[in-house]
Amino acid sequence: MTTKRAGRTVSLYIDQKRFGGSVHSSLQCTSCHADLDGKDLPHEVPLAKVNCGSCHSDEAQQHAKSLHGRAIARGDALAPRCVNCHGNHDILPVKDPRSTVAPLKVPFVCGQCHREGTPVQANRDIGQHNILENYSESIHGEGLLKKGLVVAANCASCHTAHSILPHTDSKSSIARQNIATTCTKCHANIEQVHRKTIRGELWEKQAHALPACVDCHQPHKVRNVFYAQGMADADCMRCHANGQLKAADGRPMQVNLTEVAGSRHVKVACSQCHSEVNASRVRPCETITKKVDCTACHEEIGQQYQRSTHGLLHAKGDSNAPFCKDCHGTHHVLGKHDPDSRTFPTNVPDVCARCHREGQKAALRYTGSEHEIIGRYNESIHGKGLLKSGLTVTATCTSCHTAHREQPASNPESTVNKTNVPDTCGSCHHGIQEQFMQSVHSPTQTRTDKPLPTCNDCHTAHSINRTDRDQFKLGIMSTCGRCHEKIAESYFETYHGKVSRLGYTKTAKCYDCHGAHDVRRISDPQSRLSRTNVVSTCRKCHADATRRFAGYLTHATHHDPQKYPWLYWTFWGMTGLLVGTFTFSGLHTLLWLPRAFQMRRELREAEAKEAAEDEGPASPSGASPPEGGR
Amino acid sequence: MSATDTELLQAVDSPAQTLAPGRAIAPARTDVRVAAPAREFVRFTRLYRTLHACMIISFITLALTGMSLKFSYTGWAAKLSHLLGGFETAGYVHRFAALIMFGTVVAHITGLIKQKRHGGSTWKAILLGPNTMLPTKRDWHDFVGTVKWFLGRGPRPEYGRWTYWEKFDYFAVFWGIIVIGSTGLTLWFPVFFTRFLPGPFINVATIIHSDEALLATGFIFTVHFFNTHLRPEKFPMDTVIFTGHMPVAELKRDKPREYASLVASGELEQHLEEPQPEIVVKAIRMFAWTALAIGFSVVVWIVYAMVFAYR
Repeated sequence: MTTKRAGRTVSLYIDQKRFGGSVHSSLQCTSCHADLDGKDLPHEVPLAKVNCGSCHSDEAQQHAKSLHGRAIARGDALAPRCVNCHGNHDILPVKDPRSTVAPLKVPFVCGQCHREGTPVQANRDIGQHNILENYSESIHGEGLLKKGLVVAANCASCHTAHSILPHTDSKSSIARQNIATTCTKCHANIEQVHRKTIRGELWEKQAHALPACVDCHQPHKVRNVFYAQGMADADCMRCHANGQLKAADGRPMQVNLTEVAGSRHVKVACSQCHSEVNASRVRPCETITKKVDCTACHEEIGQQYQRSTHGLLHAKGDSNAPFCKDCHGTHHVLGKHDPDSRTFPTNVPDVCARCHREGQKAALRYTGSEHEIIGRYNESIHGKGLLKSGLTVTATCTSCHTAHREQPASNPESTVNKTNVPDTCGSCHHGIQEQFMQSVHSPTQTRTDKPLPTCNDCHTAHSINRTDRDQFKLGIMSTCGRCHEKIAESYFETYHGKVSRLGYTKTAKCYDCHGAHDVRRISDPQSRLSRTNVVSTCRKCHADATRRFAGYLTHATHHDPQKYPWLYWTFWGMTGLLVGTFTFSGLHTLLWLPRAFQMRRELREAEAKEAAEDEGPASPSGASPPEGGR
Repeated sequence: MSATDTELLQAVDSPAQTLAPGRAIAPARTDVRVAAPAREFVRFTRLYRTLHACMIISFITLALTGMSLKFSYTGWAAKLSHLLGGFETAGYVHRFAALIMFGTVVAHITGLIKQKRHGGSTWKAILLGPNTMLPTKRDWHDFVGTVKWFLGRGPRPEYGRWTYWEKFDYFAVFWGIIVIGSTGLTLWFPVFFTRFLPGPFINVATIIHSDEALLATGFIFTVHFFNTHLRPEKFPMDTVIFTGHMPVAELKRDKPREYASLVASGELEQHLEEPQPEIVVKAIRMFAWTALAIGFSVVVWIVYAMVFAYR
């Protein structure tokens, strides 16, 4: 039995067997072909279209509202009806692998229209291309088609079966704000996997502010290792390539794509950073209300920043507070390993100096004790190593202060807080830290309520000198003397101290005997000054030193009668001798003076008299000289 | 002081033994023409003039190099130390000057021995004679007389060849050299000395060395300068220690007892010499003035360091 339809011969044969195996086998023909109900054969042709909605009312309604349904309503001949996807008399349960809408078949069902070369793809406004090919290569397509994983997402998993709507429709399962929901139907705990990239709570609260899944994982091309551009940058560049484009406040709004292309964000689309765009608008960017928030991707760094002084000030709305772009720049963000990057080690001091140089905004509001930090850093061993020797491993600002969680030293969490300084310096100077932690200055060795010194107490924070320079060597005594006041004073009373004070370094200084970072209690056998080690310590300079020689009091003072009675009494004995001698001879001299003047006068008078007498050559000594005063 | 001292002191008329330092003069050019310009009394021989010059050079050198360390806390000390070529060089210079001073002592002692031999005298005669350097009872009387004279209670005593203050200066130098020299050697060779002395003795030696040096410099550059150079009647300078010569009138005035003794023994003529040439006197004055100037500067420095900058 056949019929002619649109000039073609169409078979009207219905395979009883296949119908019997379909989901509708229990139904009467008239259950669907309702217009045949009660009619005699041969019935009228053609029959009215079967209305599946009489039973499947929900699906029918969804379909009616969908893209497809509305196209049918418009009379679009290409629009699919139930039968186009599901078939007619041989409809099998979805669970049946032979069903036309079984997961494995769905791509082919949809692909009937949505593949390259079909009238739909050619004549209708479909945003995507090569859908079927891309899908089949995507992780979903591969799972489904190659690995036979029926749970892998097929077309309907994302687009739904019947409520297919364009992504611009807010009710669409693939609308920007719904994508997360759609994807998380399968990727239920995706926010945990993406914790590093996207703050968890934002998934629920501010999905629109986030990059949508598809921004990174392109629809149809989804690969977990393959992130291509999402929303077309070309759309943005339609306006932003224009050199004349200005913002309302006059800022030039031209974007140089080559900047982005050379940057770390070469694979990041405009809309991933400039989120909140709405592609359905003529100006998709008109919905943007916030400045670029890098923390959407750089979540961990964002959290650090928020706790930093910079972040806290920024949160208060302080205009001085630097934000990401102030240090990193905007479109031309380069990695810290790129020598052209602002955050490349040699450039870091300049970046920080923009605010922290004396007279600049950060320096002006700073109330602590560190001043001229940039100039002093540049002259320090770190600064010279970095800037003059070009050693990129040298400590720069961020090495100690960190890049994103810089906090004042008073904050216990700060890397430059007293308690954390050894760790901070030790991250490079590890060996020194090990020594230091065993030393008497380490809080692990000495329990005291007095402040213990840490690295910067001796080396300073920013003007760190080379320790083999005279300036450092000579300064160390007053440095140690800040705490060990008495002992430093008495050091300066000894030969070593006096030579140091004259400005010469070739003599024993604190660390020559006590060690520098490994200062230990003298009672500690490992101390350089312990009974067993002291002689060899002296021998560093006094090659033939002996045990008794080491008995020399290197911190002796003659002002302490209890501790050093010998020195005390020697000193006062000598002082007594001096005072006695000078008092006696001084008095003697003072008493003598008037007589001496008198003698001088008389002598002069005698000479004058002699001259007046017109010289008698016989007596060379003249008239009787004065024989003393009366 | 014993009775013999007084006897010796009174024995001015006896032929003078003239064997005390500076007196071992050969009867040189006694037959000089009478017309010659006033001949002068020779108080110091060339040896003692040379030794005194050596003392000046070594003493000032020791003082400058030593003080630069002692007063290291003054800015001047650092400058001086740099000027001297650094603390190490200053140390070498200090020790070298010490060797000169030790040499001076040795030369002086050998000079004494030689003098004794040539003069055919005995130690007793030298040490107990009227011109002895040792303190005598007469010195005590001279001292008491001097104080009385100072206070207007008596005439100026008739001093002999060596006044009591000259003897004091002389022994002060001996004492100083022994004390400073011995402690200095301890500091020079600490390892050797701590083989039989306890280590803290080095500290004690430092104090003694440094304070005794302070005493020495302070004394020499003030009291000694005054006594022998700057006394108003000598002002501006008594050059006898440099030229060795003094006018006879001055001898008569300052050392009346010696003068009387020489006149009595008729030996005065033996001790007269032509004055030093003008150029020599000029050179001597320049040298002496330089030494004086350095000495005074050191005194100013010490006062500044001790009074204004003491730490």
